[in-house]
Amino acid sequence: MTTDLADGAAAAVTRGRGRATAGSRPPGRLRRALSTHWYAWAMCAPVVIVTAALVGYPLLRGVYLSLTDATEANMGRTIGMNVIPASYEFVGLRNYADILTSAEFASRLGWTVVWTVVCVACHFGLGLGLAMLLNRPMRLRALYRVMLVLPWAVPSFVSAFIWRYLLNGDYGVVNAMLRAAGLPGIAWLDDPFWAKVSVIVVNVWLGVPFMMLALLGGLQAIPRELHEAAEVDGATPWQRFRHITLPGLRPVSSTVILLGTIWTFNQFPVIFLVTRGGPGGSTEILVTYAYRLAFEGIRDYAGSAAWGMVILALLVVLAAVYRRALHRQGEVW
Amino acid sequence: MRRVLTAAAAAALALAISACGGDQGAGSAAPAQSTVDPASVSGTVTWWDTSDATTEAPAFKELVAEFQAKYPKIKVNYVNVPFADAQNKFKTAAQAGSGAPDVLRTEVGWVAEFASLGYLAPLDGTPAVDRPEDFLPAPAAAGKYNGKTYAVPQVTDTLGLLYNKKLLKEAGHENPPATFEELKKVALDVKEKTGVDGLALNVDSYFLLPFIYGEGGDLLDVTNKKITVASPQSTAGVKIVEDLITSGAAAKPSIQDSYTNVQTAFKEGKVAMIFNGPWSNADNLSGKAFKDHPDNYGIAPVPAGSVKAGSPTGGHTYAIYAGSPNLQASYLFVQFMASAESQAKIAGKLGLLPARASAYELPDAAANDMIGKWKAPMEKAVDRPWIPEGGQLFQPLLERYQKLANGQATAEQVTQETAQAYQGLLKGWSL
Repeated sequence: MTTDLADGAAAAVTRGRGRATAGSRPPGRLRRALSTHWYAWAMCAPVVIVTAALVGYPLLRGVYLSLTDATEANMGRTIGMNVIPASYEFVGLRNYADILTSAEFASRLGWTVVWTVVCVACHFGLGLGLAMLLNRPMRLRALYRVMLVLPWAVPSFVSAFIWRYLLNGDYGVVNAMLRAAGLPGIAWLDDPFWAKVSVIVVNVWLGVPFMMLALLGGLQAIPRELHEAAEVDGATPWQRFRHITLPGLRPVSSTVILLGTIWTFNQFPVIFLVTRGGPGGSTEILVTYAYRLAFEGIRDYAGSAAWGMVILALLVVLAAVYRRALHRQGEVW
Repeated sequence: MRRVLTAAAAAALALAISACGGDQGAGSAAPAQSTVDPASVSGTVTWWDTSDATTEAPAFKELVAEFQAKYPKIKVNYVNVPFADAQNKFKTAAQAGSGAPDVLRTEVGWVAEFASLGYLAPLDGTPAVDRPEDFLPAPAAAGKYNGKTYAVPQVTDTLGLLYNKKLLKEAGHENPPATFEELKKVALDVKEKTGVDGLALNVDSYFLLPFIYGEGGDLLDVTNKKITVASPQSTAGVKIVEDLITSGAAAKPSIQDSYTNVQTAFKEGKVAMIFNGPWSNADNLSGKAFKDHPDNYGIAPVPAGSVKAGSPTGGHTYAIYAGSPNLQASYLFVQFMASAESQAKIAGKLGLLPARASAYELPDAAANDMIGKWKAPMEKAVDRPWIPEGGQLFQPLLERYQKLANGQATAEQVTQETAQAYQGLLKGWSL
């Protein structure tokens, strides 16, 4: 609403100025467009150029590399007395075919989807619960908020290392507490099932603060009068939650769920630093696997670029489907 | 005005230095030893050292200081790079053409890969390769690729059987086990009589190799371009590990942080035997079990299988970046650092094993009793496949070894699946 107004005002201003400078020249169509909107073009140009250089070029280069067989060995270079000619070739869609038909891709994708769905569901559920708790008047509310945001303030690699230490099977704090309570320790990071649980727990711990903050903002934007009116009309708390809180949150929640999904899908540090994809590759997600291709041994530029493109394509499709679903529900997003 | 002057001075200096570099570059084409007078060489040598920053680096820094005293015109820029990051960091810098060091401390397994990618300067005929006949054959082989020398050995190492003498004695064994059968028996005896674990396995591909070598297996047969990790011999080796785990002779292996957990258990006296190399001497001796009783620390060759006792050759080398603008200075630096005197000094201070035969006879090295104790394990060192893909062989095997340790895979599955993964890595190799 407000942004529309602002845009409109800005447009009116530029149009006015454009007319002033256009003078009395006979107006060609292109020239008229340019002279009318030159100010807007000029303002956009730096952003467009920088974005094209920083995002567009690497993206196009990635697409190109994914269609070749380029590796670190055949890219060609001259270092001092060593001259290595470039010998990589265009191979069309072979890299993509290799990926999509590999057993590795199917099994990694399955686990990546489970990981993303479970993590985002926990993020949203816990984040919403905490946001509702913190949205009511209580003592020390500011302190609770600060403490709950703390995990988000710590760099994720630091958190990952701390968790790895806490969850160490023989010498970790968690198992020490379990044993002190007379329970057997759990092979948190060494057993495939528990390793999956562990990485999800770590990622949930890391991701809840963001959800909580975003949803808290959303909750505070819901007019209090709606709740009061519903209460007067005799709606139960559950009815108020379902019919006022959730719909009121939808603009915020639809965005943060999509963001959370994309982040979790590509959550590299948690997996790579807590379990290194182990044990036996059981916690490896698509991005950590692509990293191995790119950075282990002789770097496979073409293969990892193709993996990157496949991951990008999956997320683009997901975002499109999600937006469509929201649109069908009448959400303008 | 002042700023302009400084800039001009800096430019002049840069010109002078680069002119120097140019001369030296031309000189390197011919056998350089005769044409360049070491005393006249100047320049800056940036050295990436990958040794442990707290326990090992001070000894290397002392060597650097000695080098600078000997060659005052050469400035050495010492940088300690964590071992785990060095390989990727160097590759990124070397390929980008900026930020790579002149000299790098390379793990033996990296040399062939770097050399095949054109990152390293060939060293034959330069001052860097000084008295090549003095180098021990195994470490010297690791520095060669396609018949040319690309790296000069710094230290050599291998795996040995490290044991807690007191715990073995309590279990009724005076001597460390010499075969895998004895290993199992001793481990079970220790467990029964002392209550602590007999053997702890480090779940890592490198530490699996002694078992594979022992039964006459190997990962690859390089001369015939054959993948041998799934051969009956190699599989028999993995079976021994499987048996050690299932029989309870080895403690249930920890998979994440395996190395650290095994080390901690050994240092604390919670396990009687582990496999590890001479780089862990200082760490082991700092633990509760050995701190006040260094005599309790036992070192033996890895136990033998039905064919032989064998452990992988490890170690570090000095390699020179091909794009270095200070090649002459770098050659001299490597010559100095890899000399018998320098290696003996490092051996004396850190207990790391020299890669030169003559260094063992120098008093510095002889003074450290660890050197003598590691002689027997070193005699069992087996050459690893020195091929560019060598560094990629460990991850596929590691993933399967983790499954074996969890009881999710059998020895046959481990070796078969690893062989399949190797086929994807090594084009043109047969099974």
